[in-house]
Amino acid sequence: MANHQLNSGNPRVDIEYRRKKNAEDMRYQIVSFSLMMFLTLIAFAAVAIKGFEATFIKPFIILLAAVQVIFQLYYFMHMNHKGHEAPKLFLYGGVTVGFTIILTFTTIIWW
Amino acid sequence: MSTYAKKQGFGATLWDFLTTVDHKKIAILYLIAGGFFFVVGGLEALFIRIQLAVPNNDFVSAGLYNQIMTMHGTTMIFLAAMPLIFAFMNAVMPLQIGARDVAFPFVNALGFWLFFFGGVFLNLSWFLGGAPDAGWTSYASLAVASKGHGVDFYLLGLQISGFGTLIGGINFLVTIINMRAPGMTYMRMPMFTWATFVTSALILFAFPPLTIGLVLMMFDRLFGAKFFEVSMGGNTIIWEHLFWIFGHPEVYILILPAFGIFSETFAIFSRKRLFGYSSMVFALVLIGFLGFMVWAHHMFADGLGPVTNAIFAVATMAIGVPTGIKIFNWLFTMWGGSVKFTTPMLYAVAFIPSFVAGGVTGVMLASAAADYQYHDSYFVVAHFHYVIVGGVVLALLGGTHLYWPKIFGTMLNETLGKITFWLFLIGFHLTFFIQHFLGLWGMPRRVFTYLPGQGFETANMVSSVGAFFMAAGVIVLLINIITTSVKNVRVGNDPWGDGRTLEWALSSPPPFYNYKQLPLVRGLDAYWIEKMEGKKGLTPAEPLGDIHMPNSSFLPFMMSFGLFVAAFGAMYHGEHGTWAFPVLFLGLAITLGSMFLRSVKDDHGFHIHKEDLMDDDEKGVKA
Amino acid sequence: MHVEEKFTHETWPASPEKATLEAKNKFLGFWFFLGGETVLFASLFATYLALKDRVPNTHQALAKDLFELPLTFTATMLLLTSSLTSVYAMYHMKNFAFKKMLLWLGLTVLLGFGFLGLEIYEFNHYVHAFHHTFTSSAFGSAFYTLVGFHGAHVAFGLLWIITLMARNAKRGLNLYNAPKFYVASLYWHFIDVVWVFIFTVVYLMGMVG
Repeated sequence: MANHQLNSGNPRVDIEYRRKKNAEDMRYQIVSFSLMMFLTLIAFAAVAIKGFEATFIKPFIILLAAVQVIFQLYYFMHMNHKGHEAPKLFLYGGVTVGFTIILTFTTIIWW
Repeated sequence: MSTYAKKQGFGATLWDFLTTVDHKKIAILYLIAGGFFFVVGGLEALFIRIQLAVPNNDFVSAGLYNQIMTMHGTTMIFLAAMPLIFAFMNAVMPLQIGARDVAFPFVNALGFWLFFFGGVFLNLSWFLGGAPDAGWTSYASLAVASKGHGVDFYLLGLQISGFGTLIGGINFLVTIINMRAPGMTYMRMPMFTWATFVTSALILFAFPPLTIGLVLMMFDRLFGAKFFEVSMGGNTIIWEHLFWIFGHPEVYILILPAFGIFSETFAIFSRKRLFGYSSMVFALVLIGFLGFMVWAHHMFADGLGPVTNAIFAVATMAIGVPTGIKIFNWLFTMWGGSVKFTTPMLYAVAFIPSFVAGGVTGVMLASAAADYQYHDSYFVVAHFHYVIVGGVVLALLGGTHLYWPKIFGTMLNETLGKITFWLFLIGFHLTFFIQHFLGLWGMPRRVFTYLPGQGFETANMVSSVGAFFMAAGVIVLLINIITTSVKNVRVGNDPWGDGRTLEWALSSPPPFYNYKQLPLVRGLDAYWIEKMEGKKGLTPAEPLGDIHMPNSSFLPFMMSFGLFVAAFGAMYHGEHGTWAFPVLFLGLAITLGSMFLRSVKDDHGFHIHKEDLMDDDEKGVKA
Repeated sequence: MHVEEKFTHETWPASPEKATLEAKNKFLGFWFFLGGETVLFASLFATYLALKDRVPNTHQALAKDLFELPLTFTATMLLLTSSLTSVYAMYHMKNFAFKKMLLWLGLTVLLGFGFLGLEIYEFNHYVHAFHHTFTSSAFGSAFYTLVGFHGAHVAFGLLWIITLMARNAKRGLNLYNAPKFYVASLYWHFIDVVWVFIFTVVYLMGMVG
């Protein structure tokens, strides 16, 4: 299958551009990694520092986890790039079904 | 590498099928294996009906009855209906979208062999100490307490074959998204392809909960875990939820392809475009979505509480709306059409009232309050046989007649086909219609016998007589298949004369590369458009060129065989540790070794050269 | 563009992981598999949440007795960092720098082994210090199954990446193996995604009580 590569006439120019673009992507990756580290630290700190109510900590750290996972998916796994429409559809499909299962098991499994 | 001359001899043919990655041959494998298990499950059904024909019968013992009943349900769902559906998906879907093969031919073969070895493993239980006996739903409290290894065969066998189904589903999804011919937009895809797409998505999301459920129970039974051991903090409701989160979508996994086959049938034999195509697609997707939101209606009698029951009751009834849309669209497709009552069309027409009857009892069962009355009675048995036999099995039989020429190049006899149809249809209604009343009169399901004088005698006898009508129908079908194969009268591209979609533009059976040149699709019912413009073949979308094809491989067989071996080790490690552990590791080593081999050995496939394709033209083997 | 074609920096395509039809299929199929894995792990999380702290008697350890912050924190840092190193590997893959890609993948593997070692130590610790075992309670079964499933994914991922590295060490990048590296890195990130929820839901929420 032929590949439709966006080449300008001059391969040198093109490669310079791509190098730059990849490097820029990588910068975003490092920024998102720092943010993920930061979120992790907050989550651990929230548990380590005694004094917060459990009813606050639990939703708070789940929110942090969700934000962190979005960074992971959109930056590390490149879901922000184009060509990821079908992966998004099926990943969110899986998330919806998975969320339903977890909701079920935390509400209507009784003792 | 482009030598694809026909090999001769039985050994060569066998080796060809053991190593094939061609979707059309895999379809034949699915058809044969699924057909075999259909006959096995049918025999089990006959034993059930013989046992229940008269009160206080001792044809089989209570324990054996439980095994037969369990294996009948499990075999029919997992080893007969699913593979037969996969057979048609494999045989037809890639042709319908104008592809040369599926996205992952190797994985396709792997999926088949996993299913096959899982099915064989499950059925070996008959010879190795007794079959599973906790029902096809295998509820935890009952299944964990079941003596012997029956339930272990169920757990390990379904685990292996379930994995095959899952990767098969992924394969079809990618095929439909990536491999469509030029011009084949989503809204030009034939309904059967749409059904395959939605079904595969359901498989992708429904099978993981089953996998987990089976793993948990396997851990409990074989490795001492305590998931379902209430005295150790376990909870048996977890199994019910996991099973039905899988189990309800599974019902739609079975029925949606059946809808697809009937949609094709109605359009072909009404010689008219399918009525309301877009609403059909919409209804299909909506059914797929709602299918995930209703599983707890199988658990109304558990005591989930009125709020939960009400939510699931309403969601369940909502599925009637998109299903109703489809029913009306089929009726309107026939309306004003020039209807031809061939065998497949008879099945399609008979399907509508049969399936609607099953749908109506479905809405009755969905009313949670009323369900407490129907629960665990023969009313439920009648209901799900009306949707599964009246829907899925009629579609499989109709589809067999419809697509037989495309798969094998010969036409099944129409007279025998109609005899099969009438025997089966009459037998089906005779067997199951009366069971509604048996249930309402109070006969519980899953009992191995009943006492005289309760008013169940006549109805049960009627039901058993009906079962033999169905068996006679299947025997006539087998005779039909044998005589057709022996006569071997070859047919042309479009044997029904009214084919609408791309597959009918190809020879029967198609060449192994399917399309010499990928077709240009100019609208819905692409082949019909070409025919209406007076053209003989399809408009090509590309010049004649080399075709890239995948290599055959024996590794899918080996990977699956390894798991089959490992399953024995896992099952017997408790009492026969001395040989069971080596067997377990040997099996896993075979599987992982084959995967490793697959990983390190490059497989680039081969090319059929343009010149060879042109030779075909001169010899008159034209597609 | 043939899969076995030799490339230079100039001819290497911008998205090697999606340059051929086989690669596109692999890319999409693997994402769908991850969609299924999401449901798989959700089922395990759900089971764990339903069975958390369900033990037969009061002598048995509960989540808040078992877990310790330092161990979980170290494991988390190892796995998160390994996610970054595998991003670096893919960065070099896109730039056709094969040696650098191998180096970063090697680092990923090392961090992965570190994580796995910690997990083995941790399980061993629970068994011996708390008699918290796979068979001691429903809680134990659910905990070891969820965390162990994740650990098994890590182990499989390590085997996978090592096999890929060894197989392709001598021949460099081409369009046949580039998608394989890419897909393996997606898998590795997914393992990290699951771990984020495990450290939050199992460990941190377990310690909160």
